Amino acid sequence: MEALLTTVFLGSLLFGAVTAGVPLLLAGLGEQISEKAGVLNIGLEGMMLFGAYFGFAVAYQSESVALGFLAGGAGGVAAAAVMALLCVRLGMNQIVVGIAITLGAEGLTALLHYFRFARSYPRLGRIESLPVPLLSELPIVGRALFDRTLLVYLAVLLPFLLILVFRRSQFGLNLQAAGDKPAALDAAGVSVLGTRVAAVLLTGFLAGLGGAYLSIVGGGLFLPFMTGGAGFIAIVLAMLARGKPLWVLFGAFLFGASLALTTAMQVAGVNVPTDVIQMLPFAMVILVLVLFARHAYLPPALAQPYHRGER
Amino acid sequence: MSDRALPASRSASRWGGVLVTLLRVLLPVLLALAAGGLILLSFGKDPFAYYGYVVERGLLSPTGLEASITRMAPLLLIAAGLIVAFRAGLWNLGVDGQFLLAAVCVAALAPPLAGLLPHALMLLVCFAAAALVGAAWSAIPAYLKARHGINEIISTLMMSFLGVSLANVLIKIVFNDPTTTVPQTETLAVADRLARLGDTTVHWGVLLGLAAVIGVHYLMSRTALGLKLQIVGSNPRTAIHAGIDLKRLTFVAFALSAGLAGLGGAVDLLGVQGTIRADWNPAYGIAVIPLIFLARFNGWAVIAFVFFFAVLMIGGESAARRLGVPSFYVLVQVALLMLFFAVVETFDHAWRKRRGA
Repeated sequence: MEALLTTVFLGSLLFGAVTAGVPLLLAGLGEQISEKAGVLNIGLEGMMLFGAYFGFAVAYQSESVALGFLAGGAGGVAAAAVMALLCVRLGMNQIVVGIAITLGAEGLTALLHYFRFARSYPRLGRIESLPVPLLSELPIVGRALFDRTLLVYLAVLLPFLLILVFRRSQFGLNLQAAGDKPAALDAAGVSVLGTRVAAVLLTGFLAGLGGAYLSIVGGGLFLPFMTGGAGFIAIVLAMLARGKPLWVLFGAFLFGASLALTTAMQVAGVNVPTDVIQMLPFAMVILVLVLFARHAYLPPALAQPYHRGER
Repeated sequence: MSDRALPASRSASRWGGVLVTLLRVLLPVLLALAAGGLILLSFGKDPFAYYGYVVERGLLSPTGLEASITRMAPLLLIAAGLIVAFRAGLWNLGVDGQFLLAAVCVAALAPPLAGLLPHALMLLVCFAAAALVGAAWSAIPAYLKARHGINEIISTLMMSFLGVSLANVLIKIVFNDPTTTVPQTETLAVADRLARLGDTTVHWGVLLGLAAVIGVHYLMSRTALGLKLQIVGSNPRTAIHAGIDLKRLTFVAFALSAGLAGLGGAVDLLGVQGTIRADWNPAYGIAVIPLIFLARFNGWAVIAFVFFFAVLMIGGESAARRLGVPSFYVLVQVALLMLFFAVVETFDHAWRKRRGA
């Protein structure tokens, strides 16, 4: 047990928690925006997978990480556009379409990977990090928190930005209204559909970015089904965060830590079967749901398509 | 969740009604096959060759047809479970975890029991255990839904991921057969598996699957319990006013649904697999979901769609080896089926509304 308390172990656990937490954070914040506006996005996992594949493919082809992240975001937006068209514009069942997007993304990215990369399994080189002067020299936290790529810093700042958007901007208030009382928003002369479409596309962008981080930085390669349920964990995070971005930040790194435990244990020389550790995040979600079930909150108009004049 | 059994407009002739129904069912299928063909084409594969091969290997060749019918057994039991849940308005998306855990437990239970008990009794114990394991795995989502109104989509999915990992842990650590190199459970002797039907390779689990779907169809449409579940599904508030114990029924619906999925696992193991290797997860459940919607929760239509999908799967598996189209393609096909189902349904709705107005 002593091995668990060494700086090596803590350092690699914290490092892994951030690496695994950033995709959850980005996708979870995305889901939060979407849920605020009244759209339950079950296709989040699929949007992350699109982001992961296109992010990796473009980063590999262009040898530019920045282009890769952009392509990942665009991949997520493409999947989200399907959702916006079918669920918001045509008012279809959000759950059916969400499952279809996830299944389709799983199949399609696996096929794309099979035809393009399955023989060579290319890997990206190490990503240049952007160390913060002085802070990155600190023991344990230095390498984990202050010697990362730009996207990590931006992702951590995003919840604070979203607090401002949700509380202070017209767009944030419109989002809230679209989820709480869409008819009121409509009566105020703001397009409910437009607000919701914007929210869904933003969700797709953030989820795609999260997926791209997973493949470009997390693994350096794309593997079929590589998100492994991260999208669904992000949905739970958004559900439990009750519309508060900081809770998503907190939850994402908590779950990131439990995902990172396997590698950290191996680094510390403790051998626990991977499958046992893999159960941990999901077991934690269930535990959190059982313990804090009363605190989960979802907007009243969630998953309800809006038709003007209907009650 | 969807409009069921809308009375056909009186002015429309009987045949017109049949034609419209047929179109509503077949149009999404045709559109999905066409869109899938375009995707194949974009990968440089000939869609006609692919579909031709799938039909030939999954439907026309005798061995392929037998394999397709055999594959229907677990799919039908899962489908029966999903019909109960969906008609009761519950999204049980955790069927894959329920299926796999039950299958693993039966895989561990059957070989030692085969030496102790007569064949029929051994099967009975295995089926009971599978149903129990499946049902137990749905208890937490049922509790969360009944007590706290927590959305069951997420909780069942989480339990499914958890169940799949737990199944692997069980195979690798607890039930591992030490005589094999790859972690797997002890193999059930062929003589102890489900009996074949006549000279075919089809085992009688298929009959069990058919009986389950038809039984569930009548349970939901002809019995008091079924009616109550349907009321819960269409409007929970009405259910409370009608004096229905919503919480108890949520548990009942989940247990029935997950228990049937567990039986699916038992049938697949006892009829076909005989053993389970680590990391085996066929993920049948998530692919059966769209079929239930396509069939509009109707048991008879579900049987037809399950057969169609089994052919697609078996043919697709052969095509993966022969034509180099990996079996992931079936996932794309299922997703397209679901999307086009939703599209056709929406336009049909709008069209009916305009005519009705």
